[in-house]
Amino acid sequence: MTGTVSRHATGTVRRRGAAEPAWVRRILIGAALAFLALLVFAPLAAVFHEALRKGAGAYAAALADPAARAAIRLTLLAAAIAVPLNLVFGVAAAWAIAKFRFPGRSLLLTLIDLPFAVSPVVSGLIYMLVFGAQGWFGPWLIEHGIRVVFAVPGIVLATIFVTFPFVARELIPLMQAQGSEEEESAIVLGAGGWTTFVRVTLPNIRWGLLYGVVLCNARAMGEFGAVSVVSGHIRGLTTTMPLHVEILYNEYNFVAAFAVASLLALLALVTLVLKNLVEWHAARAAVVPAAESTEPAPP
Amino acid sequence: MKPHSTPPRGALAALAALWASAAGAADFTLLNASYDPTREFYAEYNAAFARQWQASHGGRLTVNQSHGGSGKQARSVLEGLEADVVTLALAYDIDALHRVGGLLPADWQSRLPDNSAPYTSTIVLLVRKGNPKGIRDWDDLVKPGVAVITPNPKTSGGARWNYLAAWAYATRAAGGDEAGARAFIQALFKNVPVLDSGARGSTTTFLQRGIGDVLISWENEAFLALREFGADRFEIVAPSLSILAEPPVAIVDKVVDRRGTRAVAEAYLKHLYSEEGQELAAKHFYRPRLASVAAKHADRFPRIPMVEIGREFGGWAKAQAVHFSDGGTFDRIYAR
Repeated sequence: MTGTVSRHATGTVRRRGAAEPAWVRRILIGAALAFLALLVFAPLAAVFHEALRKGAGAYAAALADPAARAAIRLTLLAAAIAVPLNLVFGVAAAWAIAKFRFPGRSLLLTLIDLPFAVSPVVSGLIYMLVFGAQGWFGPWLIEHGIRVVFAVPGIVLATIFVTFPFVARELIPLMQAQGSEEEESAIVLGAGGWTTFVRVTLPNIRWGLLYGVVLCNARAMGEFGAVSVVSGHIRGLTTTMPLHVEILYNEYNFVAAFAVASLLALLALVTLVLKNLVEWHAARAAVVPAAESTEPAPP
Repeated sequence: MKPHSTPPRGALAALAALWASAAGAADFTLLNASYDPTREFYAEYNAAFARQWQASHGGRLTVNQSHGGSGKQARSVLEGLEADVVTLALAYDIDALHRVGGLLPADWQSRLPDNSAPYTSTIVLLVRKGNPKGIRDWDDLVKPGVAVITPNPKTSGGARWNYLAAWAYATRAAGGDEAGARAFIQALFKNVPVLDSGARGSTTTFLQRGIGDVLISWENEAFLALREFGADRFEIVAPSLSILAEPPVAIVDKVVDRRGTRAVAEAYLKHLYSEEGQELAAKHFYRPRLASVAAKHADRFPRIPMVEIGREFGGWAKAQAVHFSDGGTFDRIYAR
């Protein structure tokens, strides 16, 4: 998953691939491209084709619709809260897990993986069980006029929950591979904990961190299942972009549905570009010191 | 549709609004939790009612909408969705708000005229243009090779009306023999390739994805489909017998009392029975209750003999227990 690992993987594949005859390589590449074209490019093109079917005017009108704009705002808000929180939590958790041994460490690791393991719909239902009117805290919350589910807080909570593994999961293998020698040296040389973190740890993990943030953000904006359960689907108030797409589609408003969907598709494209940029930078950052020193690159 | 096209009038309206709010007219928001096919109707009705309310009471009124399968919406309201009013597909789902959550009194259905159903509809068959499979009535749906689209009665209110309409026909066709009726329904569901969770899902399956030969549908949903997708592609077939579908409306007492919206919520539902409300219902292909409006639109709706849920099935509570509860008739039919 990290730059180092994927660079090695491609290296091995290329060496082994060179032994195959040219026609085998071409067939394999052709099959992979055809597969991609069918499953990725065709639907992507269809989204933009449908969105622009009635012209740029209809496209712009669909995005200028107050409910669509409210959905975009809510999506951005949820991501703006979820991503920074998960950034802080992810770094802290990865730091603790990679650099220290403590009781409960593997439990923490398991908990971080939990959102990956359970279906997003179940995640939403968990919040319903806890905060819903029939749930544990629901009656108390209603009595005090605090709304969690079917309101913005519930949507933000659900988004945080489904996206919290991304940063931590990205950093843990990277930090484990790097070991703690550099931090130990810094501390021996008299640096405090915070200085060590900012001057030594952070520069080492910055590309992995950015990669995790990009993925976290993409998921935060695109999440459907968990958010759908806690949303209540109040048009213009508690619908995020993916939910708004569903509503528009159900209202036979296909142009508007695909117009909003095209924004999500654009987000995916931007994410892919960013991801590649980050990987490229990370690979370079890893290659340069390795090329300068005579030591072999860390596995 | 440009109320502020001339600046003086716009300024006047702004002044009037300012004066109204200065005079202490309160601003309100209402949330209407409704089922799937009412989207277009309530979008227009909400705007009309807000205009009327603001003109007579001052203050701003915003009516928000939430739509979904009827049973799912009732579940959400029970879980805390703060709907001031519910406008669902069948009484059983509103009964649940009383039974499970105590959100409204048991006699909610007698608080408004006509069983609290300001508009009605029925169940019809929608086929592809030219009716290539020659579908005229319910018994054509059980023929081999006919693909029938209907949503899942466990989750969709519309699907339960569909099922009960077919059951009423089957009972008569079998001469009152229940086993015969069950065999008929079983044969019908054998012909169903996709069970969507809601009525609107089934409609898009049939219209947009082109699956199936016939869609069992709300009448209003079928008319809307003709308007949205073109009368040159689909046609409506009126069966020889159907069911009077009464989608009821109710105030959620616990919510309106907490939010202080009882007066405006009551006015909102009462206005559905007014001439304007009834006209809008008819415009969106619901059958109006008000005699004068109904007479005006009589030629639009096919004359179909209809059974009633109370007389035919002993009310929703009984129909639900017999047919749709876990282990009920539908489960036994569909599991086979």
